[in-house]
Amino acid sequence: MKKGKRVNVAYWFILPAAIIVVIYFFLPVILTLGISFTNMSSVTGFSAWKFTGFENYLKIFQHPDAANIFASTMIYVALTLCIFNVGIGLLVSILAYHLPKRVGGFFKSLWLLPRITPTVVYVLMWTMLAADAPYGVINSIFKVPFGLSTSNLIPAHAMLFCVLVNGYIGASFGMIIFSSAIESISKDIMTSSLVDGAGFFNRARYIIIPQLRWPLLFVTTYQTLSLLTSFEYIMLLTDGNYKTNVWSLWAYHTALNNYYGNFRYGFGSALSAILVVVGIVFAVIYLKFFKFNDLVKEPLIDEM
Amino acid sequence: MKRKAPRNWMQVLIFMILLILSLPIIVGYIWLFISTFSKITHGFIPVDENGHIGGFTLQNWTFLKKPEVWIATGNTLIMALTMTIGIVLISALAGYALSRIKFAGRKSFLSLTLVLHAFPSVTLLIAIYFVLRFFAKIPILETFMGYNTIGGVVFVSLAMMLPLGIWLMKGFFDNVSWDVERAALIDGCSRARTFWKIMFPQVRPGIAALGIFSFMTGWSSFIIPYTFLSGGAKHEVISMYLNTMIHSDTNSINYNVLAAVGLFQLIPILIFYFFNQKHLMNIFSGGTHGGV
Repeated sequence: MKKGKRVNVAYWFILPAAIIVVIYFFLPVILTLGISFTNMSSVTGFSAWKFTGFENYLKIFQHPDAANIFASTMIYVALTLCIFNVGIGLLVSILAYHLPKRVGGFFKSLWLLPRITPTVVYVLMWTMLAADAPYGVINSIFKVPFGLSTSNLIPAHAMLFCVLVNGYIGASFGMIIFSSAIESISKDIMTSSLVDGAGFFNRARYIIIPQLRWPLLFVTTYQTLSLLTSFEYIMLLTDGNYKTNVWSLWAYHTALNNYYGNFRYGFGSALSAILVVVGIVFAVIYLKFFKFNDLVKEPLIDEM
Repeated sequence: MKRKAPRNWMQVLIFMILLILSLPIIVGYIWLFISTFSKITHGFIPVDENGHIGGFTLQNWTFLKKPEVWIATGNTLIMALTMTIGIVLISALAGYALSRIKFAGRKSFLSLTLVLHAFPSVTLLIAIYFVLRFFAKIPILETFMGYNTIGGVVFVSLAMMLPLGIWLMKGFFDNVSWDVERAALIDGCSRARTFWKIMFPQVRPGIAALGIFSFMTGWSSFIIPYTFLSGGAKHEVISMYLNTMIHSDTNSINYNVLAAVGLFQLIPILIFYFFNQKHLMNIFSGGTHGGV
């Protein structure tokens, strides 16, 4: 009797979350896949559309821009991930560990700043760093004094700036995870390595990095997925111009936000359906490898 | 004694490397700050119309007199606050059940939460557009969760943060000692009452962390309001207002005014950040959703 009552209570607690998950995750995933098989667009309207099977997917493969956009997506993800999210994230956390706590902490807070800054403000900041002289900071400090020619740096180095803008945000994620992993390496090992005469580089190479294998794998997987699907910063910075159009931005522009006024929901959904599938696969891998077993332990209180 | 010198030298080197790596961040924020109080900035240097150094001014802040700025600020505040309350409440309820109560489907709900946490919800924007369009046709729902309503944006933003919230709250509930709760339950307190009176106060740090983070996310959010609000000034949030200014007329952009609006939006975030860094670290080491 009592047990039955308890079960009911749990469902009441879960109910609001469950409703939201169904409305804003389940339904949209099914809708995305469903719409991707139709020719729905603002031309056909919400009623005159029909199923077209795999036509949208075929169109993607035959689309003249598909290869380029796929290539720039890969370049963008690979560069940002390797250089910043993992590389500099790791570098900053190791370097900060070797400084006095306060100084190291200062740098860690500093690197978190881009992440909490509103997107539009943060992108505005970079736009101004890159702007042409006399306004732009980089141009007027590093080029004007040396008599070099100046120009707006973003069109000329668009991909570089996309990587930088996203990288300075992405690095903080790795930095925090790596930092806490480094903190948790036993002090004995760290100290004995010093006693044995290991210098900074040897210690990083032979003590710290091997211990970070798991967090490294986690950050790489997780951030690959984030980078593949997020487009906000690129949209604000270049809007996909200058060869920086990425897959998710392409989907967004096709379906919800373009200059031509013809919103192609079906085609856009097919584009994002590909990302949805990639996302689900990654999420399942992520679930299989990380932390899941810790999470499903039975609650103690019901064992009494 | 001999060892100490090279290690200090090493530390100086490390400091320099970190400083150089951090330069874009430092330079960017310094620029933002200086330019909001100057007429024109050439790089870092504030100048007046004739290009002479100087030109300190407060006129960039006159945008504060415009009523639409305050409408946008009000909207942003309402959005961020309701989102925060919703996320904290719903995540705490679900997190509590997942942490403390045994029920059929618990395991699957937990794995689901984790999958959703890793799952990039931005990819669903197109389909969510249809969901909101659908709500817009239903008489009562249209006003508070349909397309082109602040409510609709609140629900979508809330949903996207929910997996993180549930996961985080469950973690905090897991860490509360079992004794108090057991005692309450044995004394005949109901689950709901135990939750409100005993457990909720115990996880205050978790609520603070999630609440602060949700508020900051809501206050800064751009892509969701930008996609789902299209009703002009009435339904604008600050980030949209700023974005409209940037893209309005390319010839006459006043970057210093833009910087001032930007700083206006950033200030509350910085204040929150300054006082709550420790709490926020909890969130970030638990993993943020989306974001790169």
